[in-house]
Amino acid sequence: MNEEQTFTTVPVEDLLSRVLGFRDKGWRLVQIGAAALGETIEITYSFDLGGRLSNLRVSLPSEGTPRVPSVSSIYPCSFLYENEMHDLFRIQVDGMAIDFKGKFYRTTVPFPFASRKP
Amino acid sequence: MSYFGMTKLTLKSALRRPVTRGYPLGPRRVIPDSRGLLVFTKDNCIYCSVCRKKCPTGAIGVNRNLKKWAIDRLRCISCGYCVESCPKQCLSLSTDMAAPTVTKDRDTY
Amino acid sequence: MPRTIIPFGPQHPVLPEPIHLELAIEDERVVDVIPTIGFVHRGLEKLVERKDYQEFVYVAERICGICSFIHGQTYCQAIETIMKIEVPPRARYLRTIWGELSRIHSHLLWLGLLADSFGFESLFMHSWRIREKVLDIIEATTGGRVIFGSCKIGGVRRDIDPVAFQAMLAQLGLIEKDMREIVTVFLNDSTVKERLVGVGILSKGEAHALGCVGPTLRASGVSQDMRQLGYAAFDEISVEPITRPEGDCHARCSVRCAELFQSVDIIRRAVAKIPDGLIATKVTGNPSGEYLARTEQPRGEVAYYLKANGTKNLQRFRVRTPTFANLPALVKMLPGSFLADVPVIVLTIDPCISCTER
Repeated sequence: MNEEQTFTTVPVEDLLSRVLGFRDKGWRLVQIGAAALGETIEITYSFDLGGRLSNLRVSLPSEGTPRVPSVSSIYPCSFLYENEMHDLFRIQVDGMAIDFKGKFYRTTVPFPFASRKP
Repeated sequence: MSYFGMTKLTLKSALRRPVTRGYPLGPRRVIPDSRGLLVFTKDNCIYCSVCRKKCPTGAIGVNRNLKKWAIDRLRCISCGYCVESCPKQCLSLSTDMAAPTVTKDRDTY
Repeated sequence: MPRTIIPFGPQHPVLPEPIHLELAIEDERVVDVIPTIGFVHRGLEKLVERKDYQEFVYVAERICGICSFIHGQTYCQAIETIMKIEVPPRARYLRTIWGELSRIHSHLLWLGLLADSFGFESLFMHSWRIREKVLDIIEATTGGRVIFGSCKIGGVRRDIDPVAFQAMLAQLGLIEKDMREIVTVFLNDSTVKERLVGVGILSKGEAHALGCVGPTLRASGVSQDMRQLGYAAFDEISVEPITRPEGDCHARCSVRCAELFQSVDIIRRAVAKIPDGLIATKVTGNPSGEYLARTEQPRGEVAYYLKANGTKNLQRFRVRTPTFANLPALVKMLPGSFLADVPVIVLTIDPCISCTER
């Protein structure tokens, strides 16, 4: 009942080459999610091939504005996840395929998930 | 070319009684074990406040000193968590519905 | 040629939930589409900080009304894997039976909305008449019509006795007979085929590259179904994914109609094989660790990512719902179609926007 899952942490510089490796072997993008954990923000990229799940993790300090490069040149469907990350967590993503510039999610409070109350 | 595949279904529903029940002119159909109104019997209650802690919406209020138990009917979602956790079995879910109301106060027992 | 911008939604008679699409059209053909969401955003992911992990099953169930049971089941499965709790076999079979009933009810609701989107009101009413009978079964076994409230961490809250099982199977026989009548109209009627065949085509490579899930993916020829992973009772009840090669709206309708009968078959097999025993195990302590649980909702694959650090509140709760993964397919399918086909195409990805926005 429990599938095998791997969580691998990679530095930000290696992100694009690792994601390109997944695309060339035919893995499907499942989700890109961010988690604000106080001092750091973790971004998890999940891929699926035939029922097996493999996750890449990028860990950034939450001081200032965390930046990641966009993977929408490799997986074009990822622009929605990256716009959502930007609108909720204030993560700056460089080079999105379609950039909504903060207007994708209409919330009254800007960047609602950026800070975490204990 | 099938243009009249729906004819049989339409004729059947035209020739028999309507499927809708016509409540309130007809009786309301009650399914047993359906979760509806919360019923409180005051006799066995020991005011331990376990039901207040387990309620996910905060609809129940318990006052131990004054021996009062209150419920906000509009907040109750009929989940049944309080029914399962009461040590004296004072609570049960009946199949009635809560009555409509124009004020937001609580029912106190 | 000059372009006109037409706003589609958030209020539209064909949409079950609000989504806003800006359509740029040139003389009756759509050339560009820009979606915006956020009309029913309730910030449920942030509620994790205030409710402890056992109470949170209620919130997880109420993310959406149509797919509510499987949301609760996936949350419970993720917590049970993190805490290494063994769920008794009878509870796993009961969860499977309720999950498949939820799938039948969701597909019947969708069939009604599809008929309404091209104006076939009487077929819409017939689909929802059959759905009422499914809701009666659900109310008799769980107590609620739409929000079941029967999943908890460690098992299920209510049992179904053998008398109720026989009544349920008898009712399912009648429901299956009714379903065959309306499915014949959906798949063979010439006016319905005029509106659905050849509209909104998605090829196999595009569907895979855009990350589609569920019936949208299977109607383009990719055979993938999360029930093959073997959660709940699916390691003992095997499921064959239903696929169609064409990739247009008619194929998506056909996949969902075939899944209705597959679900009835799964329920019959599960009732025949269900073992006796307990329905829940006791849960103590707090979770610590992380896991990504995936199950098959009526609309596709849902992914629940949970991270816990040993306290009674979870650290992070993220839901990636199937409609969110199908939205890029919508942005790809709409350009090039007629304005009158836009409601039909939007509805064939089965939009459940309250799931998407949590």
